[in-house]
This record gives sequence, structure tokens and C-alpha cells, in this order.
Amino acid sequence: MALMLKGARLVDPQVGLDEVADLLIDEGKIARVGNGLDAEGAEVRDMAGKIIVPGLVDMHVHLREPGYEEKEDIASGTRAAAHGGFTAVCSMPNTDPVTDDAEVVGYILKRAKEVGKCKVWPSGACTKDLAGDTLSEMGHMYALGVRAFTDDGHGIQDSGMMRRVMDYAAQFDCVVVAHCQDNGLVGEGQVNEGVVSTRLGMLGWPAEGEELEIARDIALSRLTGTPLHIQHISTARGLDLVRAAKAEGLKVTCEVTPHHMFLTEDAIGDDYPTALKVNPPLRTAEDAAALIAGVADGTIDAIVTDHAPHTAWEKDREFELAPFGMTGLETSLGLVLTNLVGKGVIDMNRLVELMAVNPRAILRQEPVRLEEGSAADLTVIDPSAAWTVEADGFCSKAANSGFIGWELTGRASDVYVDGVATLEAGNVVE
Amino acid sequence: MAFSHKHLIDITEYSADDLMLILETAKRFKEVNERRIKKVPTLKGFTIVNMFNEPSTRTRSSFEIAEKRLSADSLNFGGSSTSTVKGESLVDTVMTLCSYKIDLIVVRDKHAGVPRKIADVSGVSVIDAGDGKHQHPTQALLDLYAIWEKKGGFDNLHVGVVGDIGHSRVCGSLVPALKTMGCEVTLIAPPTLLPARPDVLGADHVSCHIDEVLPELDVVYMLRIQRERLEGAPYPSLREYNRLYGLTREREHLMKPDACICHPGPINRGVELDSYMADHPERSIILDQVYAGVLVRMAALYLLLGGSNDGLDA
Repeated sequence: MALMLKGARLVDPQVGLDEVADLLIDEGKIARVGNGLDAEGAEVRDMAGKIIVPGLVDMHVHLREPGYEEKEDIASGTRAAAHGGFTAVCSMPNTDPVTDDAEVVGYILKRAKEVGKCKVWPSGACTKDLAGDTLSEMGHMYALGVRAFTDDGHGIQDSGMMRRVMDYAAQFDCVVVAHCQDNGLVGEGQVNEGVVSTRLGMLGWPAEGEELEIARDIALSRLTGTPLHIQHISTARGLDLVRAAKAEGLKVTCEVTPHHMFLTEDAIGDDYPTALKVNPPLRTAEDAAALIAGVADGTIDAIVTDHAPHTAWEKDREFELAPFGMTGLETSLGLVLTNLVGKGVIDMNRLVELMAVNPRAILRQEPVRLEEGSAADLTVIDPSAAWTVEADGFCSKAANSGFIGWELTGRASDVYVDGVATLEAGNVVE
Repeated sequence: MAFSHKHLIDITEYSADDLMLILETAKRFKEVNERRIKKVPTLKGFTIVNMFNEPSTRTRSSFEIAEKRLSADSLNFGGSSTSTVKGESLVDTVMTLCSYKIDLIVVRDKHAGVPRKIADVSGVSVIDAGDGKHQHPTQALLDLYAIWEKKGGFDNLHVGVVGDIGHSRVCGSLVPALKTMGCEVTLIAPPTLLPARPDVLGADHVSCHIDEVLPELDVVYMLRIQRERLEGAPYPSLREYNRLYGLTREREHLMKPDACICHPGPINRGVELDSYMADHPERSIILDQVYAGVLVRMAALYLLLGGSNDGLDA
């Protein structure tokens, strides 16, 4: 049966739409957009006061399946995605076995179809076993729809190997996605090198360890012509490198996480909070301010979460032994609405670019537009919902968020994937 | 004077008054240690766990002596016998120990932040006996005691700390403690052995030239070159280190006549300190530091466990 979403503010910069109107869904697609649509034969849902946008995409998510199902699996991770307002995620390949061949990609796609609550676009490893020395079977994975290749987690250390990856990838319509980390400089670094590493007596993870690899990979993108996407950018100077690459006309994009924008190294107190141990580390307040400016001025293309679930016991231990990463799927939209839109840093149109339009474009996926014929992948936002981030409020198996206790305004109330509700009134639809 | 601390983990949480109270208390315990029967019943009935998860000789033995002289019951736990070796988590280990109804944990661990973690999960008093590259507060206290006794106070003292600052938990506590007591502090080290932000520790000056700084110093604190904690090689050879930063007999003429020498031990003779300086009868207070270790640890245990004055005076 057709579904009429009535009276919401529809925002889609792709079609120049920002007005209150009705939206009719039929057979998984947007059938009509307009005022006073005839609802005959359709189920009508009153969306007054809500905002409907093209379905949000998180292009940096660790679903942990196969291999680490105690942390998260495709069922729980995609529920967390739906709960957070997302219609699609790009999963990272550091699974066990590593997502470096068609078999593992096929497994993820099959599981996502069986138990998933959003679309899952697996990324593939650039190198076999993420070891950085042998090319993965990119062509096999490409044939299954993989459009992003990454050695997320530590990056490709050898410059020659990175060049080989980018050269080889140039034959496919894909993007090479780079985790920028020079292990020679980073070593066993735990926190940003500087004030916090000195205060807490731990090895530093210097900004330069990230910036050097950003510079290297931009140079290799120039050399090979292969599109490059920089993951979780965290430093002001790293962002300047991307800014310059874009001005030069290179095919370079980048992403930022809410935690690198809204948390800084100053939050890492003497209680050694392992929830704030992330890679790259939380940087300085100046870096965070530069990232927010980059989101506003267009240098940053996408907001992602780097959703990295871990079990409670893995994080409840010595800081230096705890794994890197925090969850993010269920807090990202609320954080962005509260701290960027609510404070006037960006408007809803820009949010849609950052969280829906650009991720699809970077990942070479069909665009979703609020217009007739487009897939009905939609996120309905309640912009006035006030809520508090709580450890027991997540659909994710994990609660290692750095934002527990934060008071936010705005969240997803409903989500539709191909016209089917995955979230209704804030609850995942089973 | 009120002493309100439950833990001795972060020396920066201690005021000058707190630190002076510990030193004054330690001085009173010195009298106990000079007796033929070096024992008071002060902490009778208290149970203390010495949890040493990495090797330690003098810190561990001095805590044990301090506990015995205060009549506490103590359990030595750690090393190769730790259940951590069998894969138990730190939290589980601590919870297990706490089930024995203990009163205080003295902890040494190679990971920064472990004492705070133990304090958070255990609820008992915790003394940090050295955590990773972070802090070693009782070392700072014994250093303060030895300097205080030698110099009679801290006013207008200029202390130079020489050596592996960046990898030193000793520095992590000593430098802030010296600043709290009003000293001027200069760090002297090759750039490869400095922390990213020496100012965060509280240092007033940083120098790579010991000969330029030595004439200013009242206390020369030589750090051990911690070969076991140096990732990579931050200096080309021990002999070059000795030439550029070692406190050698040839450098004595640069020192103030009454400047004294400290070292946390164990000494690498011929590297950071030559034997002439290490054993210098007027200048070296290295063995006084070792003795002070027992005194300040007795004082800290006593104050943290709220021991009675009766016990002290007995």
C-alpha cells in the first residue's frame, strides 16, 4: 500500500527543495512530492513539525561481522544505524577473516539482506589480510558492488605499495579510502602528542603522523589519477592539505567524525577514560575548531562515525591495553543537529550534503533525491526532540560512547529504506 | 593540620601544606627508625597488599619495611605469580584481592593510570608506587625529604633534573612537587629525551647544555638512563651521553660549593654519574634518599589510613 508522509519540511539541496509539503511513497520509490497530494488509497502519516531528508549514510562503520560478533554483528549494527537515522552504512574490512575477497563480501551482503535494518555497502581491503604487502582481489569484490577499498585501521605503510594499490584501482570506478597513519612516527602512541601525553605519561600520537600520510596520499592521487578519500581527518594542518588538493582540482575528498569535532584531548582526564581512546586521537581545541570550520566551508565532504564497538570488558582495563575506538551510529545525528545546526554553523541543506548526498557520491552509489522516481530511502528528523545519551539506550551491542550524559536536541524519529519503515517513532521496526 | 586524602596517586593533588605534613610526619618516624626496636603498633590490624606488576627492588623493599615497622599485615602479590599472567583482567584481580577485606593497595605497574583504575574499582586506599611513564609520588616525597633535610627548606632552591625526562615517572611527580614547594626547576636533557610539553610538568626552564646550567643549581638530580624503557635509541652511545650529560668529576668545578647530588637509583656508574660524584661525601645524598624512602612511606601509609597519634607516640 502506498504511504503518504504528510506535512513535513522537505529538505534536499540536490533538487533545491526546502519547504513544507507531502511525500507519497509507492512500491519502494518516491511517487510524488507536492502540496495537497491526493492521499486516496494511501496510508497517511502526519509528519507535521518533522524534517524529511534523503536517507542518511554513514560511510565509516565497523559492523564487526564476521569474526567479532561479541562486539557487534550485522543485525545489531544495522539496528543501531536505523536507530541513529541511517539508511545505509559502508562497513570496514577489518573483520575476521578480513574482507579482502569476494567470499567475505558475499557473506556480508547475504547477512545484511537476511538480518539487516539498513543497506550495507561493504568496503574491501586494499591488501590481503590488511598486511600491506599483496594486492587484494579488488576486481572480484568490485564485481559484487564494492566501490571503496581501504586498509582502515592502520593504513598502508609502504609508499610503493600504496602507489600500486592506487594504480591498480584506477581501472575500476572506485575510491581508495585512506587511514592516514605513519607508524614510524606514531609507534605505540596512545593519545595526542603534547599536553595530554605529557600530563598522563603516555606515548604521544603526533599530528604529523597523520599529516605526512595525508600529504603522501594526495601526491599519489595526483600521480595515479585515482580518487582518494581521507578518513577521519583530525588535524588543522591535515585539513589544509586537503583544501590545497581540492583547489588544485585533484579528486580528493575527506570525512570527519563527531568526536573529533566535539571532543578534544582536554576531555581525557586523570581517570584515563578509555571511551575517549580513539584512532586518530582526540586533538587540540584549535584542531577541533578548524574541523568545524572545514565542515562549514565545504572542505570536509562527509560526517561519519567510525562506529567502533567494543565489549565492556575490553574497554574496562588499562588505558594502554584498551582497544581504540568509540561507537557513534546512534549519537551522530543528534550531535550534529545540536552542535552544528542548532548553533548556526551549518543549515539543514548542508547537513544533507554531509550526511547523505556526498557519502553516496563518494561511494559511487545511486543518488537519493526527494523527487519522483527516486528510491524511498528517507530519514525523518524530529528537530525538537530533547534527549540524553545514555549507556542503556543503544541498539548497538556496545556502549563505548564518549558522549554518555550529553544532552542533545534532535534525532531521527522514522527511517524508510526502499519505502519500508525500519524506524518508527524512535523504535526500530522488527 | 587536616589531611584529607584517601589516595596517593597524583602528586599534583597535594598542596604544599599536605606535602609538608608528610615530611614532618616522616621526620617523627625517623625517631622510631633510630631506636633499637624499630616498630610501632600504629597500623596493627590493617591489611596492605603490595601489588608489584613489574620488577622493583628498592621501592618494594622500602614499602615492606615501612609496613612492618608500622605493624601492618602485608601481602606481596605480583611478578610471575600474578593471575594476570593467566589472563585475568586487572579489574578481576583487584576485585579478588578486595574480597579479602584489605585496607590499602600499593601498586607498581608498567601501564600509566593503573593506580587510578584500581582506586575507582576497589574503593580502598591506593598508593601509586610507579605507573608506566606517568608518576611515582613516593619517590618524589623521599626526594623532597632528603633535599629538605640537606638544605633546611625549599626557599630559593634551584633544582636541575638531568636525563631521561620524557620516559621518567620520577619526573612526572618530582617536577610538580618541587614546583609546589616553591623551587625553581630546570630540565636538562637531549631533545630526544624530553617530553612533548615540558611546561605541562611545570618546569621553568629547559636546557641541552649542562655546563651552562650547573653553576646555577643548588640540587643536581641525575636520572637513571632507563635502557629498558627506551623505544629506539635516543642517543648514539652511552659514552657520548656521559660526555654531554654525565655528572663527571671534571664538571665538579662548575658546581656551587654546597650543591648536592640526588639520584633515584639504581645508578649506571660511568654513564649518568661517575663513581666520584655518586660517592661524594659532601655532595651525594643518594643513600639519604634511600633511607628517606622508608620514612616517607611510613608517613604516607600512616596518614592515608588515618593512624592514631597514640600509635605514633607509642
